[in-house]
Amino acid sequence: MNDTSPMGVPATGLAQSAISARGLVKTFGKLRAVDGIDLDVPRGIIFAILGPNGAGKTTLMRMLATLSRPDAGSATVMGHDLVQAPHEVRAAIAMTGQFASLDEDLTGRENLVLLARLWGFRGRAAKARADDLLAAFGLSEAATKQVRDYSGGMRRRLDIAASLIVTPGVLFLDEPTTGLDPNARKDVWGMIRGLAEAGVTILLTTQYLEEADQLAARIAVIDHGRKIAEGTSRELKAATGSGFLHVALADVARLDQAASILERRLEHPVQRSAEGAELSVLAGTAKAANEALADLVAAGIELSDFSMGQPSLEEVFFALTGQPSLGESRKDDKP
Amino acid sequence: MIDTTSLQRLQRVARPRSPSALSNALVFGWRAVLKFKHVPEQLFDLVMTPIMFTLLFTFVFGGALAGSPGEYLQFFLPGILVQTVVFNAVYSGMGLSTDLGKGLFDRFRSLPIWSLSPFAGLMVGDILRHLIAASIILIIGLILGYRPEAGSLGVLAAFAMLIAIGFGMGWVFIVLGLLIRTPTTVMTLGFTFLFPLVFASNIMVDPGTMPDWLRAFVEVNPVSLMTTALRGLMGGGATLSQVVFALIAPVALTAILAPTTLWLYLRR
Repeated sequence: MNDTSPMGVPATGLAQSAISARGLVKTFGKLRAVDGIDLDVPRGIIFAILGPNGAGKTTLMRMLATLSRPDAGSATVMGHDLVQAPHEVRAAIAMTGQFASLDEDLTGRENLVLLARLWGFRGRAAKARADDLLAAFGLSEAATKQVRDYSGGMRRRLDIAASLIVTPGVLFLDEPTTGLDPNARKDVWGMIRGLAEAGVTILLTTQYLEEADQLAARIAVIDHGRKIAEGTSRELKAATGSGFLHVALADVARLDQAASILERRLEHPVQRSAEGAELSVLAGTAKAANEALADLVAAGIELSDFSMGQPSLEEVFFALTGQPSLGESRKDDKP
Repeated sequence: MIDTTSLQRLQRVARPRSPSALSNALVFGWRAVLKFKHVPEQLFDLVMTPIMFTLLFTFVFGGALAGSPGEYLQFFLPGILVQTVVFNAVYSGMGLSTDLGKGLFDRFRSLPIWSLSPFAGLMVGDILRHLIAASIILIIGLILGYRPEAGSLGVLAAFAMLIAIGFGMGWVFIVLGLLIRTPTTVMTLGFTFLFPLVFASNIMVDPGTMPDWLRAFVEVNPVSLMTTALRGLMGGGATLSQVVFALIAPVALTAILAPTTLWLYLRR
């Protein structure tokens, strides 16, 4: 799963890649925000870069979008070299940043007309393009409202519409659903799937395992500026091992005790669920799991539920990084 | 809300030809004009301070400083126009800092356009702001009894000079806007730097009564040189050397800070 070549694309077929990067590095002072990343993104798929805050996702994406110059390494985007031909790269991509890149004082329609004119649509053609995009993204009624009055979900839709003035070879989405409520998130997911079905290559970053699992055909897991794994969601789970024991306790107060018993018996780190009521640990075999459960019963710890099964992506991440959760932020991510 | 069919239809529209650098710059200028339409209250910020200054200085200090409010206004009005334009430049720096904080410029930078065109657009907005604010102050001055002896040609020349001053000062705050993330810090820093320049100048009073060391500063202060030239242009009797001295600072600032702006912007 650490194989960096994309599925079925031989090294000679890189011209077919939407993105091909080798050894990309970006440092901020002493911090190596991106520390030698190789990436091959085939055309026509959704590719997710998954990692916690501060892992270097945004920095990597900003380099690929020509917003930040790599300190070492090279990359091509839609066949154009990032450093030699940034103008050509820009003509082939569109980027929707983490923070809405819209002019809040202007109306939704004016924002799109502005960008359409910058792309070279003139007069009436620019307005027609803006109206078509507004209609396709369900924003026609809000067209003449100032963006400052838009909801978070509407902003996100307009922001993505603004990236489709000219159909990009690659669409970059930096944490497209961060800060959205669950309904708006589902909305954006549907939109991203729709774009992929329409044939747009999408590279997105996310700190949500569920998002990568739901959307992406391929996932690269990044931590501390390095790629620690890559594959399909299924491959990542399979590589972590399928014999995961999940345990829920009747008495949450005994969680610490239960965790130490499981860890002693199974000799693998125990992970707590985000809600804190469940423990997960790699057991390997059913026999080992059985023995561990017997230990818990012998210690008088009552279980409300237990199961054996595939790891969740969260457990995959834990197995790869030794870090319990993706939600905690490390404050060293430069924008 | 979004269907694949309409997306596929959207994709079928042919790419337009790449527009020229001038066209890019004009689009950003259009953005500046739209801002006036949607945020007309920004004009309030721009003109209220100079209006208060004009009224207070004319009627409170005018008699004591120049014998009568009318005579003082004649002396003071060209200076307050310089002050207005110089202070206004701070607001465009704040605007830039706000834009940069929101990621809007990241989108502009990821577009295949002339790199400097967003700044050209900012400058268009600045010039419009300067012209509108200066006109309002001039009209109030006229109502209060100010009379430009050099006539309308003199006023036109003075406004051209104000645009040059605003253009030059604008770069200072564009650079600050690029360097500083918080808009309010841009404002604080801007005024910290501008207050001594504006008050230790000949805008409000004749430096004749000042101590020698201060007078020496006031006489070379670029704001004084600008004010002297503007008085000459509006009141008649401007000399070529006055105009040239007034333009030294704007020209030097542009020559140094325009390349700095480009460098900072591309480096980010």
